[in-house]
Amino acid sequence: MEDTGYARTRRTLFSSARLLSVLNLDGPLLIGLTLLALYGLAILYSASGQSIDTVVRTVVRLALGTAAMLALTHASPNFLRRIAPWLYLLGIVLLVVVEVTGVIGKGAQRWLNLGLFKFQPSEIMKLGVPMLAAWYLHDRPLPPDWGTLGVLAVIIFVPAGLVAMQPDLGTAALIVASGALLVLMAGLSLRIVFALALAGAGAAVLGWHFLHDYQRARVMTFLDPQTDPLGAGYHIIQSQIALGSGGVFGKGWMNGSQAQLEFLPERSTDFIFAVVGEEFGLIGLIGLLALYLFIVARAVWMATQTNDTFSRLLALCIALTFFVYVFINAGMVSGLLPVVGVPLPLVSYGGTSVVTLLAGFGILMGLFSHRKLVGS
Amino acid sequence: MVSNVRIKDQWNEQRIFSQRTLGAMLVIGVLVLALLARLSYLQVVRHDYYLELSQGNRVRLDPIPASRGVILDRNGNVLANNEPAYQLELIREQVPNLNDTLKRLAELRLIDPDEIDDTRRVIFSRRSFDSVPVRLRLTDDEIGRFAVHRFEFPGVDLATRQTRHYPYGELGVHALGYVSAISEQDLERIDRATYAGTTLIGKLGVESAFEPQLHGHNGFRQILVNAQGRSVQRQGAYAPILHSQPPTAGEDLVLSLDLAAQQAAEDGLGDRRGAVVAIDPRNGDVLALASKPGFDPAKFARGISRSEYASLSDNDDKPLLNRALRGTYPSGSTIKPVIALAALTNHLVDPGKLEFCNGVFHLPGSSLLFREGKSGRHGWLDLTHAIAKSCDVYFYGLASTVGAERIAAFMAPFGYGELTGIDISGEKPGLLPSPEWKKRYFKKPADQIWFPGETVNFGVGQGYLLVTPLQLAHVASVIAERGKSFRPRLVTGVRDGTGHISPIAPIANPAIAGVTDNDWDIVVGGMVGAATYGTAAAISKGATYAIAGKTGTAQVFTVSRSEHLTQKVAERLKDHAWFIAFAPVEAPRIAVAVLVENGGFGASVAAPIARKVMDAYLLRQTSNSNETAIPESEAAD
Repeated sequence: MEDTGYARTRRTLFSSARLLSVLNLDGPLLIGLTLLALYGLAILYSASGQSIDTVVRTVVRLALGTAAMLALTHASPNFLRRIAPWLYLLGIVLLVVVEVTGVIGKGAQRWLNLGLFKFQPSEIMKLGVPMLAAWYLHDRPLPPDWGTLGVLAVIIFVPAGLVAMQPDLGTAALIVASGALLVLMAGLSLRIVFALALAGAGAAVLGWHFLHDYQRARVMTFLDPQTDPLGAGYHIIQSQIALGSGGVFGKGWMNGSQAQLEFLPERSTDFIFAVVGEEFGLIGLIGLLALYLFIVARAVWMATQTNDTFSRLLALCIALTFFVYVFINAGMVSGLLPVVGVPLPLVSYGGTSVVTLLAGFGILMGLFSHRKLVGS
Repeated sequence: MVSNVRIKDQWNEQRIFSQRTLGAMLVIGVLVLALLARLSYLQVVRHDYYLELSQGNRVRLDPIPASRGVILDRNGNVLANNEPAYQLELIREQVPNLNDTLKRLAELRLIDPDEIDDTRRVIFSRRSFDSVPVRLRLTDDEIGRFAVHRFEFPGVDLATRQTRHYPYGELGVHALGYVSAISEQDLERIDRATYAGTTLIGKLGVESAFEPQLHGHNGFRQILVNAQGRSVQRQGAYAPILHSQPPTAGEDLVLSLDLAAQQAAEDGLGDRRGAVVAIDPRNGDVLALASKPGFDPAKFARGISRSEYASLSDNDDKPLLNRALRGTYPSGSTIKPVIALAALTNHLVDPGKLEFCNGVFHLPGSSLLFREGKSGRHGWLDLTHAIAKSCDVYFYGLASTVGAERIAAFMAPFGYGELTGIDISGEKPGLLPSPEWKKRYFKKPADQIWFPGETVNFGVGQGYLLVTPLQLAHVASVIAERGKSFRPRLVTGVRDGTGHISPIAPIANPAIAGVTDNDWDIVVGGMVGAATYGTAAAISKGATYAIAGKTGTAQVFTVSRSEHLTQKVAERLKDHAWFIAFAPVEAPRIAVAVLVENGGFGASVAAPIARKVMDAYLLRQTSNSNETAIPESEAAD
């Protein structure tokens, strides 16, 4: 099928639009994602210290993600609803397995080595939780009542808790965020939202006691990076120096001293946003944020076009979660938020998040393209 | 599902959904604006601040030490210069097996086997790519041994660095001073920035007094470093432009010292404790400045060990004491020419009148007796012969006649009791006593009285009077120049990088006033007598030039009835021997003061040393015509 697709693309411009529709792909979203991936590769090449190897591996991951995306565009909302509980269950099982092997292996364990590649089960839950939540809300009247909220809380917090125990606070927070976003979009009363926010604040105070020392240090360091300039504060200080010294126009591609001379830690992974800021300046960051906003806006628009509860909630959740990723990462790097291990979507190197994100967009496109078939 | 009473309201859900989506977009907008505000703050408002920080991160200044100025004697002989010293340095990350490497180096006796553990600790305290010195100052032999086995030691290499070298070893160490590692105290007074990269700093002598000139200005090289501090060539894809500034070498100093005279002075003192200072009376140039025992300045430049330092500082002979500047002794009879001048100037003596010396002086109005020192009775003698024969009785009387106040007032312009102002630091002023001084110095009224007997002793240079060898050399040079006085100095010129010497003008002190030519003639005649038929007659034997001199014996302690003293203590209680001289008498070019601690009688111990110094300077200079370009101002006289 793909071979014939290539042949058609070459023949005529019009046929490419037809191809997109056959593949259930959304043109504008695809263009946005492609531009972002290319921008990301260019930055990654610089940030990795001109490592072709890193770029090639990322291309492979992008290819894997694209494959997942192409496959999932064909999944109908009904199919997705059917597999949602099983995907969720698989995720829970894998998280428990990782937890057990982690106990045996002593120390943080987030990976499952599948021989060919390492796999992070928590990634499944980034999609599994909103899918199951949307599946659960699909047949229920909205806004959700207290009983429904209770079930949703279990759906969200069980995997989030397992991930937090790994301990991977960043991903756990993202899972909670995606679930919370979905519930919010489902029309959760704003009064309850405020009540929960208050409860959350209380829980944060309580939760402080259950945090690991390094997690506490991160929070403390966020409040005042200078207290620990060589330890936990080092990341924040160096990333702000990178951003600030980049100025409006940046120091030029592959010429950021903070990134190239390794002053910036995690420069090709969690802190790659600072590399963009250093080498391409504020202009480069605005360009990057514009791309992200375009993708989010297009995705939100697509979500509004779907016409069943499951599709709407899931699609919107995927779109908004994508923005949350961007904001948490950019906020962390620029010192607005504490340092949590959240990668910059589709730009940061490593992990399976690229695959998950593209899979998510595949689902979104599928939901969008299947909207008329479902009807009401 | 069964228990659900509510039914889904599609229209309501659609409404909620639209509202929430709109709200979400608004929130996104607000968050993006917050992010942009934050980024603008960092990248626009605070750009300069962060740019500077990032610059400080990546660029390190690598100082390039300036080479220290060379020190030359008056004839261009090098007294202090810089030499490369070889050291072994090790880069940990390039060494395959550190333990084996250290063991093998110890087997080759290139490092001390007992220090392997310490060395390893030092290596691990530094970064893996740092070149760490593991052994300083290799001998030629050790360099050779390492060179043969070099292939066995990847990551270990020879490195050179400049260190101070004194070609003549101990010679003139008390004039030159020495250099040693910069200490904590040094750091407090120097500018750390200008000394970054400098390892040695001048201590004592010329090395210390002319530190700013000798040090020069260190240069620097900007080097690009990464976060580990490792020096790197490129920043990402680009090689940045880095600045550097070459160092400006320190200026060379031309000293007034004459190597031959200095050598003669130190050889003459030999193993004795003492000091020799020789001055060119025409300009104050110090031709020799010796203090014995001395010490090897190389030990300090290399880094002196605690035990080595203790052996110097705890030594009874005090090798670290600069006796020429800081040793204060009674002047003994060397004072007599000045006493004579005081009497002549005040018209209180008839120089031709004969006085009788029967060996004892009776202080008028007192029962006190003052005895002749060594030579018994002199019989009848005039002033000239009294100086030549160093007759104590004559000068007891003369001092009593002139009075302590007038003597002190006359002596002061010669520099007694005052710093000579020589251009190196540390000199002591000695003490010029007077009735007025005694009132000031002592608290109890009983002690404040100046006794007539003290005036008598003053006349032969005993009592409270204390002088340094430098002061007496200065006095001798003032007499030689008949009242003209120059501030003694060691540095006569500064040589810049191009070889051009900028001479430093001699500094004249106010001349001695009120002394007639005739008075000078009489006193100089007495000193010539001392060197020809008087107390130091032996000194002129075989001399091709005329010498004027004066012996002196400074009492340390009255040893009359101390029979139970050990030999060592007895030796320490012997009198100090003095000799001052200048030559050639008709046109003096050198004035010398010699002090030998516990040397006994001045003529026998101190005078021959002075002769050697004068020979070394005057005879060599007449044979060598390449004399320094000092105008022979006195030649026309």
